[in-house]
Amino acid sequence: MNIHEYQGKSLLKQHGVPVLEGVHCTTVSDALSAYDQLGSKVVAVKSQIHAGGRGKGNLYAPDSGDLVMEGGVKIAFSREEVETYATNILGNILVTIQTGDEGKLVRNLYVESGCDIAHEYYLAILVDRENKSVLIMASTEGGMDIEHVAETTPEKIHKITIDPNAGLLGYQKRDLGLALGLAGAAHKAFAKALTSMYTMFVSSDCAMLEINPLVRTADDNIVALDAKVSFDENAEFRHKNWDELRDLSEEEEVEIRAKETGLSYVKLDGNIGCLVNGAGLAMATMDVIKLYGGEPANFLDVGGGANEEQVKTAFSIILEDPNVKGILVNIFGGIMRCDIIARGVIAATEALSLDVPLVVRLAGTNVDEGKAILAASTLNIHPADDLAEGAQKIVKLIGGGQ
Amino acid sequence: MAIWIEEDAKVLVQGITGKQGMFHADKMVEYGTNIVGGCTPGKGGQTVELQGRDFPVWNSMFEAIEATNADATVIYVPPPFAGEAIMEAADAFDSVKGEGVIVCITEGIPTLDMVKAVAFVENRPGVRLIGPNCPGIITPGDKGGAKIGIMPGHIHAKGRIGIVSKSGTLTYEAVAQTMSIDEGQSTCVGIGGDPVNGTGFIECLAAFQADEQTEAIVMIGEIGGNAEQEAAAWAAEHVTKPIVGFVAGATAPPGKRMGHAGAIISGGKGTAEEKFAAFEAAGIACAKDPSELGAVLLESLKAAGLR
Repeated sequence: MNIHEYQGKSLLKQHGVPVLEGVHCTTVSDALSAYDQLGSKVVAVKSQIHAGGRGKGNLYAPDSGDLVMEGGVKIAFSREEVETYATNILGNILVTIQTGDEGKLVRNLYVESGCDIAHEYYLAILVDRENKSVLIMASTEGGMDIEHVAETTPEKIHKITIDPNAGLLGYQKRDLGLALGLAGAAHKAFAKALTSMYTMFVSSDCAMLEINPLVRTADDNIVALDAKVSFDENAEFRHKNWDELRDLSEEEEVEIRAKETGLSYVKLDGNIGCLVNGAGLAMATMDVIKLYGGEPANFLDVGGGANEEQVKTAFSIILEDPNVKGILVNIFGGIMRCDIIARGVIAATEALSLDVPLVVRLAGTNVDEGKAILAASTLNIHPADDLAEGAQKIVKLIGGGQ
Repeated sequence: MAIWIEEDAKVLVQGITGKQGMFHADKMVEYGTNIVGGCTPGKGGQTVELQGRDFPVWNSMFEAIEATNADATVIYVPPPFAGEAIMEAADAFDSVKGEGVIVCITEGIPTLDMVKAVAFVENRPGVRLIGPNCPGIITPGDKGGAKIGIMPGHIHAKGRIGIVSKSGTLTYEAVAQTMSIDEGQSTCVGIGGDPVNGTGFIECLAAFQADEQTEAIVMIGEIGGNAEQEAAAWAAEHVTKPIVGFVAGATAPPGKRMGHAGAIISGGKGTAEEKFAAFEAAGIACAKDPSELGAVLLESLKAAGLR
């Protein structure tokens, strides 16, 4: 789960990490009062969306599609400029390298005081899958695309691995600060900020805490100038405040609805809907559709113990996508019995008056009963014995590949 | 011989009085798993009826292992408590007998809980963790066998193919593929789809390589992380038995979590393409379609003079 920069900074501030004064705005007049309130000659006017690359993104008018402004993060030197930038940002579509061509509607803005920057650093805390531990990454090359730095100058990225039994240790903070070339007051300030960030990462169950840039100011303070924070959704049960932080308008509505009913759904661009049990098998089903010349319209995992109702919901979610020209159901019954799935498929196709071709492949527990139920039905359901046959059938039924 | 779990291994169930725990404990007993009881704090002294027989419940894993000398435990505890259930089992196995296998089925455990639990287990070298978020481990026997998890027992048969996979139903698919060419399984291990887990591919490959019963291996990976690439490189050096592989997620879009918490391509890394390439570079015979795993395996067995 991602949150906005302004929310991330508020959390950082609560944990004692220095951030600049700033105000979250949703209207142009909010932005003007924020400017008056901050009393800073220079302010940053920043689009708030759940995607990176905002500074280098472009804003487009939602109706005409015309370019409104280049850059989703602007430095304003006057009240007039704040007004211009806020007007150009709010209500328009921001397209960045991370949003895809459709971009994202900007509903939120952050107006932040300026500061005198001496150097920009990169800092991130994340869980390292290979070492099965928390990893802190830092670089002197702040403000840049870190993946580019990792490729071109990997020696400029410094890493420390945290022993979960020991936590973040003093020497690790000192060493990392030295590796970044920090000294004196700035070195101390860095160690203090790092402690606070690590505490926040652990206590807030973050999946990622990325500060790019983390800056050293002219007076040797360390300040988080940006904040990209995401949480580990598995830990939601112990963080009651996440409901308030969640911006549902930034998430795919249909994916949220699927999740609420215990389904895992991701929309794709193809035209063959898939309904599968198990995440690995669901991915494999998409792959095999593609292998035989089709294009999957979605990833959908109904989980291990789906009932008739969930199968129906799954069908209705697949059919909401106007691109869907056919559906492939692929179930390997373990806990889930094929006869129950077969009944669910029949009930759903009848209730939704399904009018696209449907191929059903069943295997595993009670497969013979399941197949018999499908065969006895008068509905136009095409059976398949294995995944390859199922994929080939559905591709043929919709008239070949795209 | 099989790996880690013998056909007659004595197995405890953590969370045996819960809905999931009881349902699957019953299925395990039905398959023939030697269930010796369970553990639910606060319910010690009670019994649970499975397949018409009564099984004892203990308050703690220490008591349960002391009383039964269990070889393994399987965890069906809800996510908020599962991390601690793993550590309790690890501590108890280590203290009471110095060894034991912990199989954690639970899906949805916070990642930082797993970071802590995995470090805890790794500090106890005799203890092995399998999972979490996995179907479990099964060693089919001549009659029955040890099914420790949620997989459908009836699709398996004792044989010489070792299977290791990150995914549940895709493992069943692989099992069915071995059966389609009249081959059974030595042991099937689901290592789980979470970003931080216990036993990995390499440990499974090493155990299969050392196991006399296992003559060939099927390895099923998926997008996310680089465990498959590391395992492939390791296998090229250390595994002489034929390996057949598949990786799910060739069509998955970057940056999107595909059901499993760990199945995500991030920063362009962890793609199926990369993993297939690593497999092929290591001499692993790949199927691009899981329905072809059987055929590819048969070819590999023939090439190795095993058919």
